[in-house]
Amino acid sequence: MAAVTTRGLTKDFGEVRAVDDLDLEIADGEFFSMLGPSGSGKTTVLRMVAGFERPTSGSVLLGDQDVTALPPHRRDVNTVFQDYAIFPHMDVITNVEYGLRVKGVDRRDRRRRAEEALSAVRLEGYGRRRPHQLSGGQRQRVALARALVNRPKVLLLDEPLGALDLKLRQEMQLELKQIQRDVGITFVFVTHDQEEALSMSDRVAVFRDGRVEQVATPIELYERPASSFVAGFVGISNRISGETARQLLGTSGDYAVRPERLRVAPAGTSASPGELSLPGKVREVVYLGPTTHAIVELHGGGTLTISRPNTGATAEPPLEAADRLVAVVLHRDSLIALSGGTEETEETA
Amino acid sequence: MNDGRLKAVLRALTGVVLLVVYVPLLLVMVNSFNVDRTFTWPPPRLTLHWWNVAAHSSGARHALLVSVEVALLATAIALTLGTLAGLALRRTRFFGRNVVSLLIILPIALPGIVTGIALNNAFRTMLGLELGFLTIVVAHATFCIVTVFNNVQARLQRLAPSLEQASADLGAGPFTTFRLVTFPMLRSALLAGGLLAFGLSFDEIVVTTFTAGPTEQTLPIWIFQNLFRPNQAPVVNVVAAVLVLLSAIPIYLAQRLSGDVVSGAAGAH
Repeated sequence: MAAVTTRGLTKDFGEVRAVDDLDLEIADGEFFSMLGPSGSGKTTVLRMVAGFERPTSGSVLLGDQDVTALPPHRRDVNTVFQDYAIFPHMDVITNVEYGLRVKGVDRRDRRRRAEEALSAVRLEGYGRRRPHQLSGGQRQRVALARALVNRPKVLLLDEPLGALDLKLRQEMQLELKQIQRDVGITFVFVTHDQEEALSMSDRVAVFRDGRVEQVATPIELYERPASSFVAGFVGISNRISGETARQLLGTSGDYAVRPERLRVAPAGTSASPGELSLPGKVREVVYLGPTTHAIVELHGGGTLTISRPNTGATAEPPLEAADRLVAVVLHRDSLIALSGGTEETEETA
Repeated sequence: MNDGRLKAVLRALTGVVLLVVYVPLLLVMVNSFNVDRTFTWPPPRLTLHWWNVAAHSSGARHALLVSVEVALLATAIALTLGTLAGLALRRTRFFGRNVVSLLIILPIALPGIVTGIALNNAFRTMLGLELGFLTIVVAHATFCIVTVFNNVQARLQRLAPSLEQASADLGAGPFTTFRLVTFPMLRSALLAGGLLAFGLSFDEIVVTTFTAGPTEQTLPIWIFQNLFRPNQAPVVNVVAAVLVLLSAIPIYLAQRLSGDVVSGAAGAH
């Protein structure tokens, strides 16, 4: 049975439709991410599941219970807020045991469970600290412990890593995933960071303008994006469409191809069976540390970005020279046929 | 003008302003020990006589008691209604929200004499009330609400809405959330607002004159009526000195507790 179900969920803010007729099913025990640019409606969906926003129409189910009309304190979900919302006038342990306290769990029992929750997020011995004495990462863990101590059916996380620096964010990504596995609670995770969504999730829903473009596993999402928007938003992709596609590929249609599936070869290299060889000129070479990007202007029209890992091997010809004539080689299988119309690809947020 | 001279001028100006305000106050204090009934300067001799007389003046003592009672009751009303108004006007957006907010704040800006006359008429003619203790309390509450309301609003604006949402999210109903989260966060703002309200009520004279009726006397009114009686004038000095000391305490505390929000309401009346 699904842990969270939305049926025809719609939310209007004045004239603006933030969420548009959304049907989602989030499985029990799943790490489910809602990914999209800001303003795409993902946070509004989360807030409707938590009960902070009333849907304009449609319904929210937790398990098989329709909770659409229930206030937040009557729903068996807990939220980790974007700003953590740690109560500043309480110390850490009082914050963590808050949910148990308002449910009337007796003092000794709730203390013990709060201590356990703190050690689950690796904050043993921090109980007596005041919130203002904690770092951003520690506050984030307190917020997590405060939610998890209630053993909710579903944990909602609203961009909880957004305020952390890159290094800490990557650490917390691994840790969150680990904690989710340990406790077995359904996590619904809102983010605008595609890497974050890919690295942690069992499944990802990509949001755009209040609608879901695709719900899929990270691999599917990256390898087989359902629309040009998804292809552009999740990872970098080259677009080949219209007249250019006819010229280069011999077929019309809308295609995407990932930069790491392209190879730069000496000019005039002929294609092996199943491959395409497109002549062009190197316009720019960008060194990025682990990879180097070459931007190649094709003779047949259009430009492609090619990504090559910097393995240290010298077998491949160097990319460093601009204005050099080359061939871009790709396998036909790495072309992703896109449906979903002819919208312009949007930049990654 | 260079920086150093500008600073010197500003310093001198500040000094002059402080002198103009505090020298007369100091004079009142000194004169409460002045042996001479007509306050000749410098005092020929100092005495504690007037302090003794004042301590035994039943009129002054009764007036002080009335003032304290009025101020306490008006403050209690202000705390209750001011907090409720602040909470109600917070995130709820409704038509006329700003108008209501303005109407709550307006009494502190209205000339006391206008408020006084208006309340006097309303109490006597419309409501048919006998002027007295109760009417003073109600009249004072009208402007005391403002300080509480302002402090509560300022605090609520700085309060992240996610805190109360987090409380609800963790299973607390609206009243539990108020008791465990909202109220503790408001407490110091309420104390500051309440102290200011008390101070405003305690030294109010204009509105009180119109709403006290013939029988009740608050301390400021007692002072005003006794100031020009030759026998009572030295005692008035003593009472005034006591008031200076007493009113410094709540203002000092209020400032300590809420720094920036105090200035919004103080001194406007």
